[in-house]
Amino acid sequence: MKTFKKVLSLAVVAAMALSVFGCASNEAAETEANETEVAVDAEYLSYAEYEAAALDTEVTVLCTVMATQSWWEDKITVYAADQDGAYFIYEMACSEEDAANLTPGTTILVTGYKTEWEGEVEISDATFEFTETDGVAIAAVDLTADFADDDALLAHQNQYFSMTGLTVEAIGDNGEAFFYKWDNSGTQGDDLYFTVSDGTTTRTFTVESYLTGSDTDVYQAVEALNVGDTINVEGYMYWYQGPNPHITSVSVG
Amino acid sequence: MIRSRKALSLMLSASVLVSSLFLSACHGQVQRAQFEVPDAFDSMRQYEITFWAKNDTNINQTNIYNQAIENFEALYPNIHVNIRLYTDYNKIYNDVITNIATDTTPNVCITYPDHIATYLTGENTVVPLDSLFEDPNYGLGGSLVRFDSPSLDEIVPEFLQECVINNNHYCIPYMRSTEALYINKTYVEALGYEIPDIVTWDFIWEVSEAAMARNNDGTYAINGQSIMIPFIYKSSDNMMITMLRQLDAGYTDSMGNISLFNNTTTSLLRTIADEVALGTFSTFTVSGYPGNFLNAGQCIFAVDSTAGATWMGSDAPLMDIHESEVVDFETVVRPVPQFDTNNPQMISQGPSICIFNKEDPQEVLASWMFAQYLISNEVQIAYAGTEGYVPVTTCAQQSQEYQDYLNDPSQYDVKIAATNMLLDNIDNTFVTAVFNGSTSVRNAAAQLIDSTVKSVRRRETIDSDYFDDLYAEVTALYRLDQLSGAKDSKTDLGPLPSESKFLLILLGVVWIGIGAYFAADLVKKRKKA
Repeated sequence: MKTFKKVLSLAVVAAMALSVFGCASNEAAETEANETEVAVDAEYLSYAEYEAAALDTEVTVLCTVMATQSWWEDKITVYAADQDGAYFIYEMACSEEDAANLTPGTTILVTGYKTEWEGEVEISDATFEFTETDGVAIAAVDLTADFADDDALLAHQNQYFSMTGLTVEAIGDNGEAFFYKWDNSGTQGDDLYFTVSDGTTTRTFTVESYLTGSDTDVYQAVEALNVGDTINVEGYMYWYQGPNPHITSVSVG
Repeated sequence: MIRSRKALSLMLSASVLVSSLFLSACHGQVQRAQFEVPDAFDSMRQYEITFWAKNDTNINQTNIYNQAIENFEALYPNIHVNIRLYTDYNKIYNDVITNIATDTTPNVCITYPDHIATYLTGENTVVPLDSLFEDPNYGLGGSLVRFDSPSLDEIVPEFLQECVINNNHYCIPYMRSTEALYINKTYVEALGYEIPDIVTWDFIWEVSEAAMARNNDGTYAINGQSIMIPFIYKSSDNMMITMLRQLDAGYTDSMGNISLFNNTTTSLLRTIADEVALGTFSTFTVSGYPGNFLNAGQCIFAVDSTAGATWMGSDAPLMDIHESEVVDFETVVRPVPQFDTNNPQMISQGPSICIFNKEDPQEVLASWMFAQYLISNEVQIAYAGTEGYVPVTTCAQQSQEYQDYLNDPSQYDVKIAATNMLLDNIDNTFVTAVFNGSTSVRNAAAQLIDSTVKSVRRRETIDSDYFDDLYAEVTALYRLDQLSGAKDSKTDLGPLPSESKFLLILLGVVWIGIGAYFAADLVKKRKKA
């Protein structure tokens, strides 16, 4: 009887394991990996050519991944760049497995449509391939001197940038240093908004929660800000009806 | 002030999530006993309930929720309400689906009936409210309710009807809105037109085409700017659904049958393609918020929710664009464009409230008391005033306080106009059938328009083959071929996969083994006896 019990137990365990396998195998089939890396013999646009391309035309660019927002249902939004400029690739088709490999420094060949949404020029409806090309090192461009100049900032749209010596100002009537959502109608985990000044001009910066969530250093640094703090920031020069940078680093001092 | 596209990205992916939920046999679901109304509410116990609420990224709405909770807790000191705020229905939807599997659903939740239809795939997950409505003590207008609760017949019947799924009420309406046509009257008149009380689609296209005239320098004559998209629709899904409804064409039915891909749809998409080619039309998905373009003088006809009225017009209290870009113009509000001015039809939308079932019926009853409080006059009138919403009860609508609000000259006139437009047209509102998967069909309807708009802008050929391909692509993306007639459980799903057959056989063998073991054990015991 003991032997029978063992056999029975094993059968039950095996059945449960196979049930789990049955679930998992379907998921694996649905998220087929993009395993091939391609040598870049395809034609692609230089940044200058991309910049000159008309809206709503198909573009192919070779770029280095700088950061990504959260992967979601076979789509991922990518901050990318080459030596000459930057790209915001909105909701690019991507399996979850490939998303895990879209790490900073990875070079990808992206094909999509150049579009504009609320002033943000981006690549949408894109697909991509990994390439064998080495990624280029992209340093933050110092835009401190351009803080007050919309046109100058527009020339750096989507680029990784830094600004130094900015002063945190109260964003709300009650002296808050930051808001959860633009009007403080949110809660922790939502986008953060905070206001900074260079002494003459005031701007609102954003911590995009899909890019840097509440468990990241930058999110927690902004939650710890006080009005009057002097800060240095880094981020991506995203655009929404004007400069709406997505901040990825904040240091006080 | 900055709004984002997050709602969009979640909305587009939500339907895929739905599909995977109800098509996957592997998804865990908690089975729970049906809720029975307790004889009495145990007020000696402490209850902690969670409330997942939705606001329109509007701090006033957040404040009203918080005040409602504070007032409710004063009436029921033994019930503590924890609020979690969302600004997007689809995020709530996604989180609820995730939490159904782990039995961590909220107690009370703002939601859409479409979404509840999916929640109901878990047996007894959502509480049917009919018995609670009618309970003489704790029901609507019940004798033991500690606040002035509306009676059942004081809930606007059209709004309550939206909450019926499978012949039961699974939610109560919280707020109602519709879509409105916000018009730059100044520009329309400058183009030589008078705005009728009910605007037709033909009128929209005619005026829009007239607005495309340019100056010699390439700017548009009507606004002197380089940008002019005369007509922008915020919700592409509502646009398609409303047009089909107005033409009495197919969309879906209560049996879950999908008839979205029909000749009328193709005809409408051809018109839309023609207008996009002329530059007269775009959507939120493709270009951005209609209100931003309207306020900048770059749009003449903007369709958005009445619940977005405070963003519309030169003097809008909420504004995303820089004040230097705002153009001064007169805003008028009309119903959405119509095909038949004698039979105007507009969609009814807005949040509803559902209650999730729990092991403890007393906890459910506590949840119901709070849900009921949310449709009391106090909450209804306050919340409706934050946007172009309409209270869902006649007692709130007819109250002196609400009438004073509607006649208060200090209120934003466009918001009041949008509210009055809905109040005058409640009989002309419609809702679409709710069934498991109806959200996917809605998203598919949106994609038909958005894809067509994009394709025209990308200079693709728009012909019969294009629409055949588009319908096939959208059908596959939203798995509509597996949805059609989803309510009919007799749908032939084809033969079982071999893996499933193997597992079923294996499970059968295991059960036979278990039976054999107990039989042998019984025989052994009898022998010993």
